[in-house]
Amino acid sequence: MLRQIDRWHFQTGTHYMKEMLLAIWHYRHFIASSVRNDLRSRFARSKLGALWMILQPLAQVAIYSLVLSRIMTAKLPGLDSPYAYSIYLLAGMMGWSLFSEIITRSLTVFVDNGSMLKKIVFPRVCLPLITLGSALVNNLLLFLVTVVVFILLGHAPTAALWWMPFLILITASFALGLGLFLGILNVFVRDVAQFMNVVLQLWFWLTPVVYMSSIIPPRLRATLALNPMYWIVTDYQDVLVYGRSPVMAAFLPVGIVAIILLFISLLLFRRSAPDMADVL
Amino acid sequence: MTHVVLHIDNIGKSFREYGSEWRRFGSWFGWKSLKIRENWVLRNISFVVRRGEAVGIVGQNGAGKSTLLKLITGTLGASEGAVRAGGRIAAILELGMGFDPDLTGRQNVTHAAGLMGFSRIEIQKLVPEMEAFAEIGAYFDEPLRTYSSGMQMRVAFSLATAARPEILIVDEALAVGDAYFIHKCFKRIREFREAGTTLLIVSHDKSAVQALCDRAVMIDKGRMVADGTPQQVLDLYNAMIAEKENRTVQQSRAEDGSSATISGTGEAIVERVWLEDRYGNSVEFVGVGDLTDLVIQVRVQTRVERLVIGYMIRDRLGQPIFGTNTFYSEQVIEDASSGEVFELRASFPMNLGAGSYSISVALSSTETHLVNNYEWRDLALVFTVANTQRPQFVGMVWVPPRLTLIADGHQVRQCKDMGLNAARDL
Repeated sequence: MLRQIDRWHFQTGTHYMKEMLLAIWHYRHFIASSVRNDLRSRFARSKLGALWMILQPLAQVAIYSLVLSRIMTAKLPGLDSPYAYSIYLLAGMMGWSLFSEIITRSLTVFVDNGSMLKKIVFPRVCLPLITLGSALVNNLLLFLVTVVVFILLGHAPTAALWWMPFLILITASFALGLGLFLGILNVFVRDVAQFMNVVLQLWFWLTPVVYMSSIIPPRLRATLALNPMYWIVTDYQDVLVYGRSPVMAAFLPVGIVAIILLFISLLLFRRSAPDMADVL
Repeated sequence: MTHVVLHIDNIGKSFREYGSEWRRFGSWFGWKSLKIRENWVLRNISFVVRRGEAVGIVGQNGAGKSTLLKLITGTLGASEGAVRAGGRIAAILELGMGFDPDLTGRQNVTHAAGLMGFSRIEIQKLVPEMEAFAEIGAYFDEPLRTYSSGMQMRVAFSLATAARPEILIVDEALAVGDAYFIHKCFKRIREFREAGTTLLIVSHDKSAVQALCDRAVMIDKGRMVADGTPQQVLDLYNAMIAEKENRTVQQSRAEDGSSATISGTGEAIVERVWLEDRYGNSVEFVGVGDLTDLVIQVRVQTRVERLVIGYMIRDRLGQPIFGTNTFYSEQVIEDASSGEVFELRASFPMNLGAGSYSISVALSSTETHLVNNYEWRDLALVFTVANTQRPQFVGMVWVPPRLTLIADGHQVRQCKDMGLNAARDL
């Protein structure tokens, strides 16, 4: 039996989804070993190895704490720990670092693997999944360290921690949806990645990670609500700092936005496929 | 053996020029624009490859060979037509792709085998085989960056040919590496072929195409211009190279059914080519080892400053056996005027094995026919070598040995000189 080689033969939507899921299933071990290799090779020749994954965000938190804790601690009601601000920072960073890692790596995932895409036939949907996988592993390690640091700072984790998988899922879906969309465009217009690096920096400061939303003037607070990352980071802070359930009303819009973005990205991914190999 | 494994059905590839990226994005969602220009690099290619066949793909650089291969492997999507294949396609043109210098050879092949689509169980079975085939010892568990290029090549080839594919694409890449390993690679390719693998070979190396292929396809400027026996196609290819400047190429059927290619600008032409035995008789059958004269008669049509006459003896597959010319022998004819006739007489013992051979003749101004090609004539003469008077032997050339048989390490039992007609026993 001969089978069609032309991989870009457009099938009906459901068929496409089914084939893609089958391909992912068939390549599951490859995806897993890629994630492993990614971590392994990133720290292959450094003395501290994987420790750097944790040291970097912790150092960032330490620096902010050192610089800003005096100004900020007073603004944190309901927490009397001397380390309240550090705890607040760590919680926000957890959410933001997952988001920004997935975005920055998705932006260049196709361009970086261009030569592989040109020469080897494999389901290219593996690439964003590998990115997602390795970002999740990183984030999980950071999470474990954060919990340990919390305990050391006298901030024992509460039952609200069970919300974390859900938060991570929402954050990752939103980041992947947006990152994939931009990553595809970046294959054709390389300015997208450059532009987004600037946008991400601005976005970080527009999101209450380092500061509290309470210091924003009330008339600007409505604008803050338009930022999906505001909701995500606030949820992280609710769960990790205050030990309470996240605001469900905030969840739903972000979840819907994430699903819409993922859907658009997938559609774009499929439509752009024939052109992508030509351009890379 | 008539089972079709690869069906290339009127395939074409165009790279679109959108002018603006917005037009490109629009086109994904059905927006049509007249400003989108199609730039065809390959079109109307159709051929069928059967199980176990070996097909050479020849063509000049930029002719579209690599685009065709990408369409066959599926890394590029065809703009029109379809490629259908009946099994796994492996290509030895992506050697070492996806390797990470910081990982060991074992980690790399395990990972890359996953990329090639093998399941974990298959990989567990294949990795020890790859390790054995690569023969790099303990280095297999060292990081790749510590390897020599030859060792990387070994690992990459072991990976590429770990499991027998239904279709194997072999590229120029095979020419690198040490001689021992190249032989090993070719051995494996031959084994695959005996087991039914179809080969697609892309090479500029004519002897490789002739030695390995049953058929050849020639691509020129994105079109398929020939599909035939390797000799036919390579002769045409040869002539095409020489004929870049709009000169004539014609292929005429010789009497024995094979086609002869004659090309050139025609300042000098080959009038006659023949063989003479040691008594001056014109012959078509020559005995192994017999002293023979090859005579080439050339007539100058238009005055030329330099004239070099060259010839090549080829076997029945068209592979070159021996060739030389009057440039190498420092007998360049200077300032040949119109109407002059030259005769080149090459005397040599016919030290070839029994079989059918042909002579190609080239008339040019230097040692290569690429500068000034006055005439290039393939199959100018076909002759047969028969073994009538020599002891029996096998092979393509006659290398008469003196065979000495020693018993118990010192005592000479027998000595026979095969090169002499009368055998002498000592």
